[in-house]
Amino acid sequence: MRILLDHFSKSFGAVKVIEDMNLEIRDGEMLALLGPSGCGKSTTLFSICGIHRVSGGRILFGDNDVTNVPSQLRNVGVVFQSYALYPHMTVRQNIAFPLQVKGLAAADIKQQVSAIAALVHIEELLERRPAQLSGGQQQRVALARALIRKPDVLLLDEPLANLDAKLRLEMRSEIRRLQLETGITAILVTHDQVEAMSMCDRIAIMNAGEIIQIATPSEMYHDPRTEFVAGFLGNPPIAFLKGTAQDGAVLLDKSDIRIPLPGRGRPAGAGRVTLGIRPEDFGPQGDVQIPGTIVFVETQGRENLYDVRLADGGMLRSIQPVRGDLKVGDAVTWAAAGDKIMVFGEDGSRL
Amino acid sequence: MAASSAPSANFRTWPIVLLLTLLSLPLVVMYIYLFVDTVTDSSTGSLIPDTFTLSHWDFLWHTKVGKPSVWVVLVNTLLFATSTTTVVLLISSMVGYALSRLNVPGRSVLLAGVMVMHAFPSVTLLIAIFVVLQMVGLYNTLIGVILVKAALDLPLGIWLMKGFYDTVPWEIEMAGITDGASRFTVWRRLVLPQVFPALAALGLFAFLSGWSEFILPRVLAPGNNVQVFSVYLASLIADDNNFDLSMFKAVGVFYAIPVIVLFVLFQRHLMNIYGGGTKG
Ligand SMILES: Nc1ncnc2c1ncn2[C@@H]1O[C@H](COP(=O)(O)OP(=O)(O)OP(=O)(O)O)[C@@H](O)[C@H]1O
Ligand SMILES: [Mg+2]
Repeated sequence: MRILLDHFSKSFGAVKVIEDMNLEIRDGEMLALLGPSGCGKSTTLFSICGIHRVSGGRILFGDNDVTNVPSQLRNVGVVFQSYALYPHMTVRQNIAFPLQVKGLAAADIKQQVSAIAALVHIEELLERRPAQLSGGQQQRVALARALIRKPDVLLLDEPLANLDAKLRLEMRSEIRRLQLETGITAILVTHDQVEAMSMCDRIAIMNAGEIIQIATPSEMYHDPRTEFVAGFLGNPPIAFLKGTAQDGAVLLDKSDIRIPLPGRGRPAGAGRVTLGIRPEDFGPQGDVQIPGTIVFVETQGRENLYDVRLADGGMLRSIQPVRGDLKVGDAVTWAAAGDKIMVFGEDGSRL
Repeated sequence: MAASSAPSANFRTWPIVLLLTLLSLPLVVMYIYLFVDTVTDSSTGSLIPDTFTLSHWDFLWHTKVGKPSVWVVLVNTLLFATSTTTVVLLISSMVGYALSRLNVPGRSVLLAGVMVMHAFPSVTLLIAIFVVLQMVGLYNTLIGVILVKAALDLPLGIWLMKGFYDTVPWEIEMAGITDGASRFTVWRRLVLPQVFPALAALGLFAFLSGWSEFILPRVLAPGNNVQVFSVYLASLIADDNNFDLSMFKAVGVFYAIPVIVLFVLFQRHLMNIYGGGTKG
């Protein structure tokens, strides 16, 4: 079901958390709400499921205005960061609870619980209590409980934050599989860009209560709208250099390095700009030579990450296949791919 | 596993057991003596009992003149204690929840007020309560004294329950709401089970406190029909004409039996509460 936030605002007393947000989640898609801690992701999510009352604007499920519909009648499934399983009930009772509340017949409930348990692979855990489950198993139970009502929309608030690295990887694909199999519209709240990029159809990136950009993961990675978005996506992260633009090139601060600018993104006149260069776009091959000194080498197994300090004190990162001939302190002159360099204006917006 | 319940190797338990035994010996001897005294007679001037008799327990079969039957008293006391417990449990569990979770206007004032009421010595209210009860016609009734006792126990109960509700995570309630349950269902089926240990403790304390309450029933419900054990017991001592110490002891033992049974039944649970463990 399509979800629409229409001029949605939310404040707690005098604290304005979200102001005038517009967001559309398409039917059957999985959208990531990505942003740093405290930017209002959970607030948005809780407003969609009706736990928070909105301060302004409308929320639409399909064509229904649910702005003033109580949470119980909205038919949303929520997975909380802490899972919020009911500790005094067995897994079976936990999953059955939404159906019991609806007043379904016992036989019916039993059959539906079995079906959903099979879907999330927890058939053999049904008689245990939440305290007797591992984090990943609790996660699956929480998913089952959220899905059993066949909700119109599935909301996930940082569902992977409490899992260890390996489980996180496993649950990432597991959640995506469930979403695709059920075809449910889903919103995933996360501050982990890898999660957002790997699991979702589109990403809405948020900062300080505002949505900065909505795009598919690859669009957003290659064509970020602002410096903030460019800095948020990518691991290892993009490197920024400061400089002054003149005559179609950028003169880096306190150095004589001139970087010619591609046709696109050429600032109209002279002015302060920030250049963004991703680690994979800086290395031995390229057309814009930039000399510097290696100050740090990080071995990542298949690849090495080099931190290169430029004459002006700025830092660039380069990721390359492992090679043994370089060490800290070596002077190198590597090059950046000129057409991949991103230029941002003083206010952080892409030029 | 057997190993975990056995005492650890570098920690001997018998000296502690011995010490505790020695310390509690006088108490145990007193209890035994109390009981033995109620079923025996001893010749004048001697402390050693020499004849077995059930005559001190005669009050169970024969009502003394001018006194209520001990069975009436027992029923009254049970009614009194269970009713106050029920009222205290019902109200504290709901008010505590409201104060912990709902945006009640003037919540902090209410909480502070409840605290002051708890700190207020109830004896000073006695005369006023007496007058009020008489005016509304509840003087010398069980209902009247039950209401008063429950009201005086409530502040503690409300605070205790509020404290426990505060520790229940919000997410559980949010999950319940989004699962489609009403706020009341969430409270009853999801939140209440989380604070069950507190309820059990509060219930037990309220019952014991009601069972042993003396001053309120003495002043507000002294009549024979509504007498409770503590008042009955006091009237036995006060009765100078046929003073019978052994019978007094027997009534005392009879009075204590339900409490002892309760402790034996709920001992494990009590320990759990004191230990702060809420497992299971
Ligand atoms: N009940 C509340 N009362 C007042 N302020 C609140 C309340 N809930 C959240 N806020 C504020 O709203 C802002 C956004 O909070 P929110 O929980 O939505 O952040 P978030 O993006 O989910 O962050 P995180 O990634 O840390 O979970 C924060 O500054 C927070 O202090
Ligand atoms: Mg959050």
